[in-house]
Amino acid sequence: MDALVIEKLRKVYPNGVEALKGIDLTVREGDFFALLGPNGAGKTTAIGIITSLVTKTSGRVAVFGRDLDRERDAAKRLIGVVPQEVNLNMFERNFNTLVNQAGYYGVPPRIARVRAEKYLKALHLWDRRDDIARNLSGGMKRRLMIARALVHEPKLLILDEPTAGVDIEIRRSMWDLMRDINASGVTIILTTHYLEEAESLCRNIAIIDEGRIIENDTMQNVISKLQREAFVLTLDRQIHEAPRLDGYTVRLRNDYEIEVEVAKEQGLNRMFEALTAQNLTVVSMRTKTNRLEELFMRLVEGKQAEAQA
Amino acid sequence: MTEQQRTLTAELAAAEPQPEPSALMVNLIGLATIVRKEVRRVLRIWIQTIIPPAITMTLYFIIFGSLIGRRIGDMDGVPYTAFIAPGLIMMSVITNSFGNVVSSFFSGKLQLHLEEMLVAPLSHVTIVVGYVAGGVVRGLLVGGLVTVVAMFFTDLYVVHPLVTISTVVLVAATFSIAGLINAIFAKTFDDISIIPTFVLTPLTYLGGVFFSTSLLSPFWQGVAHANPILYMVNAFRYGMLGASDVSMATAYAIMLGAFVVLFALALFLLHRGTGVRQ
Repeated sequence: MDALVIEKLRKVYPNGVEALKGIDLTVREGDFFALLGPNGAGKTTAIGIITSLVTKTSGRVAVFGRDLDRERDAAKRLIGVVPQEVNLNMFERNFNTLVNQAGYYGVPPRIARVRAEKYLKALHLWDRRDDIARNLSGGMKRRLMIARALVHEPKLLILDEPTAGVDIEIRRSMWDLMRDINASGVTIILTTHYLEEAESLCRNIAIIDEGRIIENDTMQNVISKLQREAFVLTLDRQIHEAPRLDGYTVRLRNDYEIEVEVAKEQGLNRMFEALTAQNLTVVSMRTKTNRLEELFMRLVEGKQAEAQA
Repeated sequence: MTEQQRTLTAELAAAEPQPEPSALMVNLIGLATIVRKEVRRVLRIWIQTIIPPAITMTLYFIIFGSLIGRRIGDMDGVPYTAFIAPGLIMMSVITNSFGNVVSSFFSGKLQLHLEEMLVAPLSHVTIVVGYVAGGVVRGLLVGGLVTVVAMFFTDLYVVHPLVTISTVVLVAATFSIAGLINAIFAKTFDDISIIPTFVLTPLTYLGGVFFSTSLLSPFWQGVAHANPILYMVNAFRYGMLGASDVSMATAYAIMLGAFVVLFALALFLLHRGTGVRQ
């Protein structure tokens, strides 16, 4: 079954801005799905419509087959959402924030308290259960919002920039948590500005720009659309000019680093063989730019150029 | 990842399947949750919600009751202090019920945590009734405290208990809904103080709290009778003292009418998403 089906979804705000121009999107059950796009592309509007915080102009949204117009409450029960903006009651005890949220979904207080403990512990907030949200750091507030989204145990979890402002260690542990939640059968839709995060976590991706879906494919297919990729190699000794590597474009970055552009069909083996033949040892290697970021920029710029033409 | 974290994430992965509750059960549990949250809020900030109105009303009783009231003598056949007691109790119920819901709902809008309810499968009736219950609780708590204060200044008795209780609950509920509607439209803090300052306070003061309309000329009596709060104050005074400037049938018709109209309006606004959904 599809976790989410969006058909011809449009949203025109009262000021005339058309945030969504009839998008179609399907997210399979169990998927870890990335929804990416620049600021103002329509991601948050789409999420707002799915979670009933924004009224659509036209189109259809169904969550696990439950139409949002005809079976709104049944659909709502299946969704958990972590919005982009912090929307916590700043003066409520963190434990009560979770118990209240469970209550709004019809979870009896006894079970709600057990779940509040479970999710506060999972998000490393149990020590702060008696504190109020106002006293939490930015990262802690975001984790509290994730715990709150999970407390009614939804089947579809929508995470709108969940790791913004979270330090690296906590972010990695949140990735583990998201993977575990997804592995337990919960479908996840993720929007993020950390494209590395989307690439690492998500299996499928849609890119939205100016209210239209401009790419919708598996992460693997999307990444493979990149024809060339640039790598930065650090060498074991100082050099003063870029070595010649037949078939590759090489540029000297500094005395110890070279930048090599590799076409998709070339592979890396011949490059390493050529370097070894010249008595150069590679001590480390990294991609020059985030691959997804590069693709993202190409797609968006390509579409803009098309529109101008 | 630590061993403890591994255990916890394993627990997460094994989320227990729960039977799907009925829509009625979801709304009943949701309603109890909103009421509990609202009452907890009133009690948590009691120094802002309960004490100030009690102090204000004590001052009214000292100045208008004990000091000026002695010179006024009787009004409608009862000592002036006893005459103003029901009006002052009702005034505190009106302002506190209204104030509780307008500030709580508006703060939910401003901090965005109202979204917690809007994304949940709660009916609009549940949300309205939940907030109104919070307003009624605060109105009754403050009204009860003012009643205790009044007993230090005058002998209080209740002639018609049913009228007294039904009036105070109906009025508290009506003004709680009015507070909710104000909060729905409000965009700034100014917007939540305009109605209490420029509408509620004048109507309450001119609603027969401090005087009987029989003191007014026929023209001003006609004007006074266009004020719905006059009927509420008089219904409550009738319940306590057995004296009223208006007929009880008219008073109940106006109170019930105001309640039904405002309740329907609040539901309509939430359904339309006015002020809460984009």
